[in-house]
Amino acid sequence: MILAKILILSPIIGFLINLIGGKKLGKVSGIIGTAAVFISFICALLMYRKVVSTGAYDVPLFTWMHISTIHIGFNLWVDELSTWMMLIITGIGTLIHIYSIGYMSHDKGIGRFFAYLNLFIFSMLMLVLGGNFIMLFIGWEGVGLCSYLLIGFWFKNVDYGHAARKAFIMNRIGDLGLLLGIFLCIQTFGTINFNEINSIAAEDLALKASGQLGLFQPYIYTAITLCLFIGAMGKSAQLPLYTWLPDAMAGPTPVSALIHAATMVTAGIYLVVRNAALFELAPFTLDFILVIGMATSILGALIGLFQNDIKKVLAYSTVSQLGLMFVALGVGAYTSAMFHLTTHAFFKALLFLGAGSVIHAMSGEQNILSMGGLKNKIKLTHLTFAIGTLAIIGAPLMSGFFSKDEILEKLYNHSLIIWGFALASAAITIIYMVRVYTLTFSGKFRGTKEQEDHLHESPSSMTLPLIILAILSIFGGVLNLPHLIGGGSSQKMGLWLSKINSLKAIPAHVSHLSHSMEIMLMLIATVLVVILGSLSYFKYNKQTDAELNQPRLGFSLWGEHKFYVDELYHNLFVKPLEALADFFFYYIEHCFIQPITFGSSRIAYSVGQLLRIIQNGNIEYYLVYLSIGAVLVLSLSMFVF
Amino acid sequence: MNLIGFENYLWLGSALFCIGLLGVLVRRNVIILLMCIELMLNASNLLLVVFAKMFGNMNGHIFVFFSMLVAAAEVSVGLALIVLIYRKFRTIDSSFLDKLKG
Repeated sequence: MILAKILILSPIIGFLINLIGGKKLGKVSGIIGTAAVFISFICALLMYRKVVSTGAYDVPLFTWMHISTIHIGFNLWVDELSTWMMLIITGIGTLIHIYSIGYMSHDKGIGRFFAYLNLFIFSMLMLVLGGNFIMLFIGWEGVGLCSYLLIGFWFKNVDYGHAARKAFIMNRIGDLGLLLGIFLCIQTFGTINFNEINSIAAEDLALKASGQLGLFQPYIYTAITLCLFIGAMGKSAQLPLYTWLPDAMAGPTPVSALIHAATMVTAGIYLVVRNAALFELAPFTLDFILVIGMATSILGALIGLFQNDIKKVLAYSTVSQLGLMFVALGVGAYTSAMFHLTTHAFFKALLFLGAGSVIHAMSGEQNILSMGGLKNKIKLTHLTFAIGTLAIIGAPLMSGFFSKDEILEKLYNHSLIIWGFALASAAITIIYMVRVYTLTFSGKFRGTKEQEDHLHESPSSMTLPLIILAILSIFGGVLNLPHLIGGGSSQKMGLWLSKINSLKAIPAHVSHLSHSMEIMLMLIATVLVVILGSLSYFKYNKQTDAELNQPRLGFSLWGEHKFYVDELYHNLFVKPLEALADFFFYYIEHCFIQPITFGSSRIAYSVGQLLRIIQNGNIEYYLVYLSIGAVLVLSLSMFVF
Repeated sequence: MNLIGFENYLWLGSALFCIGLLGVLVRRNVIILLMCIELMLNASNLLLVVFAKMFGNMNGHIFVFFSMLVAAAEVSVGLALIVLIYRKFRTIDSSFLDKLKG
């Protein structure tokens, strides 16, 4: 009880201190912000121990609303899933806070930055700990707000402001879907409590499994889950709402790592897993998720292949990896998706922080075509970035290898075509990640002379999180080793997470692949990594400046322009809206509303102009008016009444 | 007593009041203003006495004594103010005393 309260309150207190203290705190604000999150992390660890020993528990704080039969309590639900998310959020959050102390040390708005970061951690904790949909929605909107504030952190740059707005609006579209889903839940089930909804869904699942009609029609579940998934699409940057995430790289790099790679964008995955029983009742939605996830995964990877901005590549890689997680959700491999979410949080945070360290060293340069040869200049960053790259491409025995392999295995079990597509996406991932690594660290330096002289390794507050995350990226796979190594009991994370209510309701898929097949799949993945990795390493390592800078043609030109999706949206949605706004402004506003409002104000003004002649400030005139008035009143009373 | 009719007293009082009012309206010298105000006050005093006599009511007489007493105090305060105004602004022309004009 008290632990959960401290966990939730610590970041909000940090937020308030940093908000009120503002500029006066200076560099202390970083320490306050970090401490607030670290306290939460300690609480999360203690709560983890408690959940291990006594199981899930509810923390009712107070009753929030009570409307006829619907009871909305302000309660935190601490179970295996929320504990897991909590550990990721506060653990990686702490590391990124430490990193930010170094990264933002020269920025004037450091107090504001840490205030926003703490508010984000608070919102994210609310999101994963909320015991009902309304609580989740508070967190959901809170993280959206923090994302907006942090993308537009350097708000003096107009483009950054636009990026922030874009992220906010795109998220609003998804939020509408989520809200509709919540309303449908209230309408259908009469409750918004996750546990109650899950128990209803479990009952229905059991009924349908035994051949009976079930409690509700399938289309109701399809409608609810589709609406919920639209919310997830917005937050987790899936097609067609993904375009905000790459633009979100306008924010400071630690933000990209914390919000736009490791935590917030995984909220969609969390939402689906939290309500897995509902989704299981709607096979159409699961197929829809599968298709959307696969399309996003491949599109994101393809665009990432042709980008030259180091952060943009990583952003598209995030889009692609999130797509892969949704594919796993689509085939019902919920724990595999959560496993990949976890390892992805490790290595993507590492890669982003590494990229931040590179950008820091390169005095703000983000274009990988102007980097190169940083291998010997910033050794620690190079080493950790290389580990991150190996992890994301799924090099054998790294964390990414196990998590990706588990998803691929489940997909293979489901359908060969899906597996093929996922493998293709993984293959493209290998190419573009090795490309980024090679162009950044290998070859010779391509930047300016000043940049070369200025090259320096980042301070220890920045390299320490890199080292910790690198270790996690290497050994993260231990959390959930495949059956092949150590057998079923080694899948600790899968077993641990399958204890939550929504997953308990789902009948376990028992069909496991044979060991030889598993080995085959692993071998295929390994061979792919080795061949494609080395091929692209040698290709990009040897490229000369002329080859790098030559203009792109055909397909790659399309890729460089992100397949013109932004332009498409601009023409399809933004321009008609702008035209409509122009119509209202030039015709309705100028021809109807302005004459009325301006006209009435002009009348008042001219009447005032006339009347102010009387009020000239000389007492004699006032006396004259007074006497005239008195005479008038007197004569009226004498002659009229 | 009725050698001079009440009517004439009323005309005299009204005339005095109007002279005083005109003086207040047209003159700029603050001392003259004060004198004119006094004139108006005394005109009304006179009228009060006349009406009291006309209707045989003693209240009017009492009223006039009070009003004369207050007028004496008022004049002393008014003159003191004028002296201070003169010290401060070196003028007693009311058209220049417009510091409070908004």
